[in-house]
Amino acid sequence: MPPQVAERQYQGRVHERSRQLMSDWMAALGRAEAEGVPTGALMISGNCVELLRACHILPMFPEVTALQNAIRKKSLPLILKAEQAGYSSDNCAYVKADIGLFLEGGMGPGRPIPFPTITVCNYVGCNVYVKWFEHLADISGSKLFMLDVPFARTPEPRPEDVQYVVSQLRELIALCESVTGRKFDIDELREVLAHAARAEDGYARCKDLCRHHPAPFDAYFDAINMMGPINVLRGTPEAADFFEEAVAEFESLAAQGLGPLTEERFRTVVEGPPPYPYYKNFRNLFTRWGAVAVQSTYSTVGGIWEWGFRHDPRRPLESIAEQMLRENLTNRSITARYQQIRRYVEEWQADALVIHSIKSCRLFSAGQGDMRDYFTRELNVPTLLVESDLEDPRYYAEAQLKNRIDAFFEALEHRKLVAAR
Amino acid sequence: MTTESVLDRCRDLIALPPGAVAEQWKARHPGGRAVALYPVWAPAELIHAAGMLPLALLGAGGSVELTHADARFQSFVCSIAKSTLELGFQGLLRGVDGFVFSNICDVARNLASIYQRNFPDALVTYLHLPQNSTSPAVTGYLAGELRRLADALAERFGPRVTDAALAKSIETYNALRAGLRALYDLRIAEPQNLSTVELYVALRAATLAPPEEALGWLGTLREQAAGRAGRRQDRIRVVVEGAFCEQPPLGLLEVLEEAGCYVVEDDLLLGWRWFTDDVPTEGDPWEALAGAYVNRALASSTRHESRRHRADGLIEKVRRARADAVIFTPAKFCEPALFDYVLMKQGLERAGIPHLLVEFEEKMWTFERTRNEIETFVESMLFE
Ligand code: SF4
Ligand code: SF4
Repeated sequence: MPPQVAERQYQGRVHERSRQLMSDWMAALGRAEAEGVPTGALMISGNCVELLRACHILPMFPEVTALQNAIRKKSLPLILKAEQAGYSSDNCAYVKADIGLFLEGGMGPGRPIPFPTITVCNYVGCNVYVKWFEHLADISGSKLFMLDVPFARTPEPRPEDVQYVVSQLRELIALCESVTGRKFDIDELREVLAHAARAEDGYARCKDLCRHHPAPFDAYFDAINMMGPINVLRGTPEAADFFEEAVAEFESLAAQGLGPLTEERFRTVVEGPPPYPYYKNFRNLFTRWGAVAVQSTYSTVGGIWEWGFRHDPRRPLESIAEQMLRENLTNRSITARYQQIRRYVEEWQADALVIHSIKSCRLFSAGQGDMRDYFTRELNVPTLLVESDLEDPRYYAEAQLKNRIDAFFEALEHRKLVAAR
Repeated sequence: MTTESVLDRCRDLIALPPGAVAEQWKARHPGGRAVALYPVWAPAELIHAAGMLPLALLGAGGSVELTHADARFQSFVCSIAKSTLELGFQGLLRGVDGFVFSNICDVARNLASIYQRNFPDALVTYLHLPQNSTSPAVTGYLAGELRRLADALAERFGPRVTDAALAKSIETYNALRAGLRALYDLRIAEPQNLSTVELYVALRAATLAPPEEALGWLGTLREQAAGRAGRRQDRIRVVVEGAFCEQPPLGLLEVLEEAGCYVVEDDLLLGWRWFTDDVPTEGDPWEALAGAYVNRALASSTRHESRRHRADGLIEKVRRARADAVIFTPAKFCEPALFDYVLMKQGLERAGIPHLLVEFEEKMWTFERTRNEIETFVESMLFE
């Protein structure tokens, strides 16, 4: 029997503020067409949103639309629509939900989600991105810019890698200028990057506060409130202010010894994206055990800020390139991720690793059995591996998940008791 | 040599696990090194120029039971990734010194580093093949990436690739590719004289042998096939698309033909035929090879080409091979093939070209359902 731990209804300003900021952005997107504001589709991972912002192109993120539809439990009909059109049941469901939205009439001229003016595929790690944006450009007729970011395959990006990305960024600037008719101003980019660096600082400080016992927030389930501002709104003063407020709030919680649950009984590191269609249900399965995520890998898909990297207004294009090349989870190998998790487990003093394996996302998941092997056998870290999906509700089997999770925490509890004796 | 003896030699070779292929070659080349290339494309000429044996790494087909790899890769991952890792666990890659993977998909990407973790003594290199096809920076970048691979080989194994050696190897591989193009052309012209199974067996063996030797086989096959006077049967001409990475079982290729198709074009082992024409042999060979990758590549699902719509490359193939239809054969769970299927199918429909989807797995061993599906498709076309 799990102990009866509950969520403390603490989700103060951070949650509300994030919702507000994200709704403002969505509203601006909804108005863009009528107001003649050019839009640019972009992917989350290691993105160059600052550059679009400095070029006065409103960024849009199909991944965010897909996850919002999943949270609102609207994803399945969209996925089915795409499957009817020929998409395989084995393809990433984020893409299917996005294409399904178009087929259902939710995207396009005069729709809540406009067609992008340009489609900028920041090919950072995920190979599905290339396919997704080829398809998006195909349906929208928008110009596709393929920003090829070499995968991190050497300990550090080489000067050639940085130069290669920088030259493509320059080509992207030229494309943006041709779309907006405005001359690019490098000083404006510097300013945007300064805001970005301030937000990055704040996000890193928030995550650092989770080293506290108890952690002031759940670095997996609550981090989602910060991922919108850090990945989508980065480079705006509002996002930077948001993180300053968040730091203040979490510092105060940490000082009071308060966490997200009535009791923090287990500290976990979570690997893999969440099951958006059953976000709350999934969270509850951990809450009842008093399990709090003190770190997560998913919160670093857009950028890894906790090791100190910041965008640098003095080296604008170079630092954008470096962030795309190295400072995000997605462009690193799965075994580099083992080391990231290892640091989290050690430095954030976690009791266990939870791997949520996602069918859609092979970038995250292909080979997580090996990851489990590494943590259990080589590091002796208790590791739980469960499977479902981030977008497709058909792969979420609650009873099965609950059994696995209960069994795992029971064993962990036992282990703790034995260790305490 | 007769066609039969060539094909026997080829069949023997492809029945061997890669480790044994490497060991056999090393027995004849003491001190030599073998480097295995995971699909789709890798610069075999560069390995060759280093005096090593480049050989294709294509999983295990149905030849091994997955006893370790299944616990590493989940059920929703393609079979070639699992069986490639399994080959390692079962010691069937012993003799292979180096491995080259590239960014064809997320599974291959993860496989590369997981392979390295489990086999730390092997040299595993990961090439970044550009997905930007038009930037002026791309050729120079890729040339640098090829040099990086050469440096990694030299650092570990010794011999350094000189410009002259690379230029010579490019010539050798140009000849090999020209030999393959000639066989493909022959099959387009007289498909009754060269079966796809024969062509595939020879091509697959060519990915395991020194190119000089493979050239001889291709020559024999071409000469003798050209001299055949087969009677053309009432079959439809098809392009097979989507099997560029995981290998379809031979049984599936046989069934395709038996069920009433002449396969006149395909993307099997595409990386070994990669270029539309010869790689230039003048000038800097690194730039030449990189430039050819960017500007002379056949259409491929694992390479983005912004100068052409996804479906156009396929439609061109259909037209050039005078095919009646396309049979899509993606491997189960193969993300790039399954995504491209949609855009390609839409393009074919716009162009009025019929198509059929037949998924496969390398370990598949009964084909009756597939046979029925293809027969029904063929009949619907023949009797329309
Ligand atoms: S494969 Fe993963 S990272 Fe790529 S688009 Fe799908 S969910 Fe996103
Ligand atoms: S079969 Fe497809 S998914 Fe599997 S490794 Fe090859 S390209 Fe990737």
